[in-house]
Amino acid sequence: MSTRLSRGGRLIDRSATCRFTFNGRSMTGHPGDTLASALLANDQLLVGRSFKYHRARGLVASGAEEPNGLVNMGSGGRFEPNQRVTTTELFEGLEAASQNHWPSLEFDVGVVNNAVARFLPAGFYYKTFMFPRPFWKHVFEPVIRQSAGLGKAPKDRDADRYEHAYAFCDLLVAGGGVAGLQAALIAGRAGARVILLEQAAHWGGRAPVDGDVIDGKPAGQWVDEALQALAKMENVTTRARCMVAGVYDHGYVLAEEKIADHTPGDGRPKKRLWRIRAGRILAATGALERPLSFAGNDVPGVMLAGAMRDYVVNHAISPGDRTVVVTNNDDAYRTAIALKEAGLEIACVIDARAIVSGALPAKARAMGIRVEAGRAVVKVKGGKRVTGVAMGLQAGEGAVLEEIACDAVAMSGGWSPVVHLWSHCGGKLIWDEAQAHFRPDATRPPTNQDGAPMVHAAGAANGALRGDAALADGARVGLEAAQALGLTPTAASPTAEVPEEAAMEAVWIMPQGAGPQLRMKMWLDFQNDVKVSDVQLAAREGYESVEHTKRYTTLGMATDQGKLSNINGLAVLAKSLNAGIPQVGTTTFRPPYTPVTFGALAGESRGEIFQPLRRTPMHGWHEAQGAYMEPVGLWRRPYCYPRGNESHEAAVRREVLNTRNGVGLLDASTLGKIIVKGPDAGRFLDMLYTNVMSSLPVGKCRYGLMCNEQGFLSDDGVVARIDEDTWLCHTTSGGADRIHAWMEDWLQCEWWDWQVYTANVTEQYAQVAVVGPKARLVLEKLGGMDVSKETLPFMQWADGTLGGFPVRIYRISFSGELSYEIAVPASHGAAFWEACVAAGAEFGAMPYGTEALHVLRAEKGFIMIGDETDGTVIPQDLNLGWAISKKKADYLGKRGQERTYLASPDRWKLAGFETLDGSVIPDGAYILAPGFNANAQRNTQGRVTSTYFSPTLGRGICMGLIRGGLDRIGEEVEFNTTSGGTVKARVVDPVFYDKDGEKQNV
Amino acid sequence: MSEPRTALGGAAFDGFAEVREIGPLGMITLRAKADVPGLAEAVKAATGCALPAQRRIVTQGGKAAGWMSPDEYLLILPYAETDAALAAIGAALRGQHHLAVAVSDARAVFRVEGTKAAQVLAKLAPVDMARLEPGELRRTRTAQVAAAFWADGEGFTLVCFRSVAGYVMGLLSHSAQAGSELS
Repeated sequence: MSTRLSRGGRLIDRSATCRFTFNGRSMTGHPGDTLASALLANDQLLVGRSFKYHRARGLVASGAEEPNGLVNMGSGGRFEPNQRVTTTELFEGLEAASQNHWPSLEFDVGVVNNAVARFLPAGFYYKTFMFPRPFWKHVFEPVIRQSAGLGKAPKDRDADRYEHAYAFCDLLVAGGGVAGLQAALIAGRAGARVILLEQAAHWGGRAPVDGDVIDGKPAGQWVDEALQALAKMENVTTRARCMVAGVYDHGYVLAEEKIADHTPGDGRPKKRLWRIRAGRILAATGALERPLSFAGNDVPGVMLAGAMRDYVVNHAISPGDRTVVVTNNDDAYRTAIALKEAGLEIACVIDARAIVSGALPAKARAMGIRVEAGRAVVKVKGGKRVTGVAMGLQAGEGAVLEEIACDAVAMSGGWSPVVHLWSHCGGKLIWDEAQAHFRPDATRPPTNQDGAPMVHAAGAANGALRGDAALADGARVGLEAAQALGLTPTAASPTAEVPEEAAMEAVWIMPQGAGPQLRMKMWLDFQNDVKVSDVQLAAREGYESVEHTKRYTTLGMATDQGKLSNINGLAVLAKSLNAGIPQVGTTTFRPPYTPVTFGALAGESRGEIFQPLRRTPMHGWHEAQGAYMEPVGLWRRPYCYPRGNESHEAAVRREVLNTRNGVGLLDASTLGKIIVKGPDAGRFLDMLYTNVMSSLPVGKCRYGLMCNEQGFLSDDGVVARIDEDTWLCHTTSGGADRIHAWMEDWLQCEWWDWQVYTANVTEQYAQVAVVGPKARLVLEKLGGMDVSKETLPFMQWADGTLGGFPVRIYRISFSGELSYEIAVPASHGAAFWEACVAAGAEFGAMPYGTEALHVLRAEKGFIMIGDETDGTVIPQDLNLGWAISKKKADYLGKRGQERTYLASPDRWKLAGFETLDGSVIPDGAYILAPGFNANAQRNTQGRVTSTYFSPTLGRGICMGLIRGGLDRIGEEVEFNTTSGGTVKARVVDPVFYDKDGEKQNV
Repeated sequence: MSEPRTALGGAAFDGFAEVREIGPLGMITLRAKADVPGLAEAVKAATGCALPAQRRIVTQGGKAAGWMSPDEYLLILPYAETDAALAAIGAALRGQHHLAVAVSDARAVFRVEGTKAAQVLAKLAPVDMARLEPGELRRTRTAQVAAAFWADGEGFTLVCFRSVAGYVMGLLSHSAQAGSELS
């Protein structure tokens, strides 16, 4: 059993206790524990079930590479699935539950999959997708859905907050081990702006665990002193619990900082996403140990040797009383020695190498540890827990020479540099035959925009595995990076004393001649249940590319992204293909290095500040009135103002009728307003609009259309001539920024020599439309300006003071009624609106919303950009030929509109429609035509663009496009409906109300 | 006439830095090429400030002149002086191609103050705050909207569009919450 040792543990604080629960069971640990070490201290070796076969899974690793220890953490608003126990710091009250088991962790029905493993071979999914087809839907999918899946999706709103932060530096050092620290010291002393990030809560990496001695001091002390030295440098920032997730072009780096993960509810943000722009990046990200592929290497109790050492030294965990160490290198002997020194028994070190001669094995032997050279683990005995190993010859086929009882197995297949950050932007790797791993090829680094290397790898991440080599490499690469930044750093040469190590020996299958029965039990990917036999099967079935094999077998596709399995898997593939490992190559390393939570990616953008919400100066008034708001671009505009229990539909009818018969008030502040000024402004506007704006007299208004180069209608609005060289262009509410950018685009890129300036003053003014037969009475009540027909006729504007407010009144109408649109500085908008409401009270003035606005304009047959237009409609389609100048030599869209397709008489054109039964045609309906097309779909001859119930006319009205347009007036046509039937309608003039425009011109 | 109302009525938030909406301030967008005769006089007449160099803002006694682009300046002055300033600009640049409009009401202005005020902005704007120079006007974005800010006294003055004042106040408050200091 695993338990806590009575002494030791460099990271834990035994004076304090943390209580936590696992699957509802109460347990205790100490501050400084990870959840993994705390579970081990409570003999909770079993942490989950594998994905496919639901085999019992114990902890294998001690860090980010852990494939098995994933749990559901917390509850309610702090519930999080797939939390890795090895990187989760223990805290008081932590709640964790294992994943992917049913009905319980100890007894899982899914384990029957294990018994039928031969039915779930590599490529199972692909094979069943193909044949037999019905089986997938009816047999396999329901079963897979039941048994697959890892953590649960959170159900509640996240109780925590997150944020982003931007940072800039000359050198970003990823990894706070001795190599990273040394590099940061050199660059920092040279004056570089350095950011040093460490993913764990503790600094120093492996050196303090492995007992390295640096400059005559224990590594831990050297690390502390290095940190103190860095803390004194103002140009250096260090940050623990901050994982560099990805490296992107131009030195852009994303890093995830865990702030309150281990102190939930303390009011701090849970996580922070750092967005860093770095001159250079130094990847000192260490190395990960590889498992060995022997039968039963997935039985709980089998652990990586380095991880077991971490647990013993850092957390005083005994993984078991009696441990077998199996290795192909000298480093694993450190684990045997550490366990022995902790008072635990080493049953045997099984070394695959025929000759074992290094200093560490010599020390182990001297301590009385049994060392067996040239031997292999033939298989691990035990189901939910290791009970022993069967030992045989590594050179053999699996004959058992001896069975050794033990309750833990430490394995080491060598170490692979963490090359992720080097590789994210295309750094290339070379195969290191001696150390049997891929490491960064310094001659082919990822490059920056200037062709210079963007990432430097240092230390174990660069293949310098041993403590002394890693330190020296950190110093060398730190110097190189600082010089590359144009600095003159001073070299440093701290010396680390570590034992000599003999060469390791690549071992990809143990024993090397193992037969199929054993290979079926050799796990490569522990989480996704990919075994040596699966990769070999994929090779036999013709998969030669490592990328294809990965997807076919799912090797390395679990949440650990192949950190343990990749090299072993591709080595097996290479052997099966009789190819060299470098020829097979690796799969692609993509960000993030370890999963980044969605909350961190979203940052601040949730709730009230999920998205910018644009408010007019009158927004608060609308909300106070209980207006029902709708989004218009990023604006929120009142859709209608329901009174009491009034339905929206009833409110809209009331607002329309009140405006037609009395007076209505509209908040039109969102309308785009762009000033265009200059000697060439008239000429410029004549190019932008389809009609002539240069001839507009000062004081007058004119409606205009804007098209894109293709000729399609893009925006519309009323233009007012302010003075000799100034025009004010109204745009649609959603189009203001786009049209302003469009204007600047033409002025800056094409007509750069025209003397024209523009300014978007949309938000400078609040605009109130006072609309209806009694509109003039309201303005007269406010007082201060002559708003009579004679002084201020239709399509003119005037400046003045109304009710004490400085205003500009435009006599323009989007409703067909007598209408004044009054612009007032936005700071007075709310007060002016309130003044209008008060002045209008005696005339029955009511505010109306966007839906009434739409109905009013549709009754008049006025088009709406976005309803009658969709980017494929030209003004001529909408019978707006009158707004297109025939005299002008050119305007944007003119040539486009002359193309044969757009000039065709067969185009669908605007007409009005009235149902014979008075009903409202559904939005989006098509006008049916006889027959069916090649796809057996009903032929069509037109479609709805706007459809409403008209309170004024008491019936449904509709605008739409129909082949032939107004020529079809009088005909009966059929629209489809949402219920599947059709509705008959007559083609009519789209101006349903006040065809002669008498009401607006009073 | 009513008193001018700012978008948020002077909202404030106290966290590890203090955030408050200020204003109303008078603001003028002046567009003219840098070599137009009379430009420096116009800016001087409106604000008392010298013509700002590229990416700079010149401040003087509650007035300021900022460089916004090669042919655009932002002039800041007391709200009530805007019309007079526009008239002065018009006089100084008579006959020269330019555009001067009041944008006082189109903007919201915030102060972010305190020794760690820069950290609030560092969470929202992709700006190297450590290298932001005194007198540098930084046009950038805060999260999803356009903004400009500069260091001024014990903090920063930030300008954004009026319609998104509530959003920006939300951003600044979120980022200034106690306990979320960057260092």
